[in-house]
Amino acid sequence: MRKVGVIGAGMTLFRRRLQDTPKELCYEASKMALDSAGLTLADVNMVVSGSAPDAFDGVHMKGEYYADGCGAYGRPYMRVFTGGGTGVFSTIAGWWHVASGLADVVLVVNEEKMSPCQPHAQSVFGHIWDPILDRPLKPNLVWIFAMEMNRYMTVHHVKKEDIALVAVKNKRNAVGHPCAQLADPNITVEDVLNSEIMAWPVNRLDISPPSDGASAVVLASEDVIRKRKVQDKAWVSGVGWCIDSTMWTDRDLVFPEYVARAAKMAYKQARIDTPRRQIDFAEPYDPFDYKELHHMEGLLLAKKGEAPILTKEGVTQRDGDLPTCPSGGLLGVGNPIAATMGIKIGELFWQLTGQAGKRQIPHEVRTGVAQAWGDLMQYGAVVVMRA
Amino acid sequence: MTARIPKFPGTELGSKEFYEGKVTQVRSRPDAQYDFSAGEAISRFLEELQKGKLIARTCTGCARILFPPRMFCEECYRPTDEWRYIRDTGTIETYSISYIDQDAKRITEPILVGVVSLDGASPKMGMMHYFREMTKDEIRIGLRVKAVWKPPEERKGSVLDIRYFRPLKEGEA
Ligand SMILES: [Zn+2]
Repeated sequence: MRKVGVIGAGMTLFRRRLQDTPKELCYEASKMALDSAGLTLADVNMVVSGSAPDAFDGVHMKGEYYADGCGAYGRPYMRVFTGGGTGVFSTIAGWWHVASGLADVVLVVNEEKMSPCQPHAQSVFGHIWDPILDRPLKPNLVWIFAMEMNRYMTVHHVKKEDIALVAVKNKRNAVGHPCAQLADPNITVEDVLNSEIMAWPVNRLDISPPSDGASAVVLASEDVIRKRKVQDKAWVSGVGWCIDSTMWTDRDLVFPEYVARAAKMAYKQARIDTPRRQIDFAEPYDPFDYKELHHMEGLLLAKKGEAPILTKEGVTQRDGDLPTCPSGGLLGVGNPIAATMGIKIGELFWQLTGQAGKRQIPHEVRTGVAQAWGDLMQYGAVVVMRA
Repeated sequence: MTARIPKFPGTELGSKEFYEGKVTQVRSRPDAQYDFSAGEAISRFLEELQKGKLIARTCTGCARILFPPRMFCEECYRPTDEWRYIRDTGTIETYSISYIDQDAKRITEPILVGVVSLDGASPKMGMMHYFREMTKDEIRIGLRVKAVWKPPEERKGSVLDIRYFRPLKEGEA
């Protein structure tokens, strides 16, 4: 397999509602990524896009609908979809296009508009559930997170205030992000604990918001990177992905085994055997605050039940030993599902190339890991990148 | 980027502009209706629910009793072997106290909902359902519970033939 690097990234604002159409958002993010890579669309061999269920944008087969905005016209093109996992998985799909030798330069574009869906995107999330076993109970998707969070808290004796620390950290980190929807420099643990209870143990500020947005990255082969003497590059050194059973009521929700398997696959390729020591910073998927902790353990960056302790000790702060979600994450920047690539893969690229501005981790970082998660608590996608 | 880009693309719309129609927009509503066939395993499961019973499938490959039942074992990747009744008692594996309905609308009387692993099935195998006859302060992970069924004439072959799970009383099997 050929060595592949990320050489450019772009993203739009993340907002509850954007006027721009899906095509326009894709165009803006792609143009920024190409400009930052010093390339034009003519340099792109193939295009990969990622987006979550069509029902959010309200256009069936939206991958085809917004393809023009992705610069896909007249090129080999595909859309990938692995639920929320798409935020990291589409980069893996782009990676295999280049690693296999099929393409030298690939543009990866992720898009999500959740605002068209009325009155709330929750109505669409309802259709994720099994139509016969679950849907008669009129479930809300938040239930699943609430049940998983409760299991995690109870088994490991974690206090809600320790989980709220994640929301506080990420919303504060997001203050340095120019695209952030919910940055808050003054938020406290009390604010999170006192916010409206949605589905206990989940309060409103434990949750990331629905958002509109797009993001893009440019992937290139080592040949292209050397020949063009590309300065700003971050190598994709390991990729992994894994799905668990759809029978979610038959599993112990306390540990995301599928994330651990995806991580082990990526670490093996990246020659990482002690992740906690060899990985300098992480961008785990954080649609809920407890998910960052759950995913840190799945990524083997903390022992089972240890992630809240590391968080409390400040290890995961931007200036800590293992900065986690320095971007501000989904909790602070926003959650346009697949487009969160901009704060996962994008953030790894910007941090590793020293372009993160106010968010730059103050000490040198050489290896980062990004992860996304999706469907009925069952999908994990992991990418390791190196400077 | 992010340090080098002065302005990021995207034009934000406030909810006022949006809902009062102050921006150009188009509205449409899909008219989609679905009838789902329940399949082989779940059809039998639903028929048994109507009779007030819970049924599973056994797999001799992994020696598990699979619930909800399925015609193939996803672990052994082979056909399952036999039908086996399990009990309508179990243990709360996890739960939530929900103040929102399906559409994220606020409700005042919270819904207690969670996963029950059922006695007679393999460990951790269960279903999602409601809990009642207990307060939000009484519910806990590990609580032993029993199904409360609808009267036979009201059952329709649905998971709702069980109204909810209630705490198992002392001395009750
Ligand atoms: Zn089996």
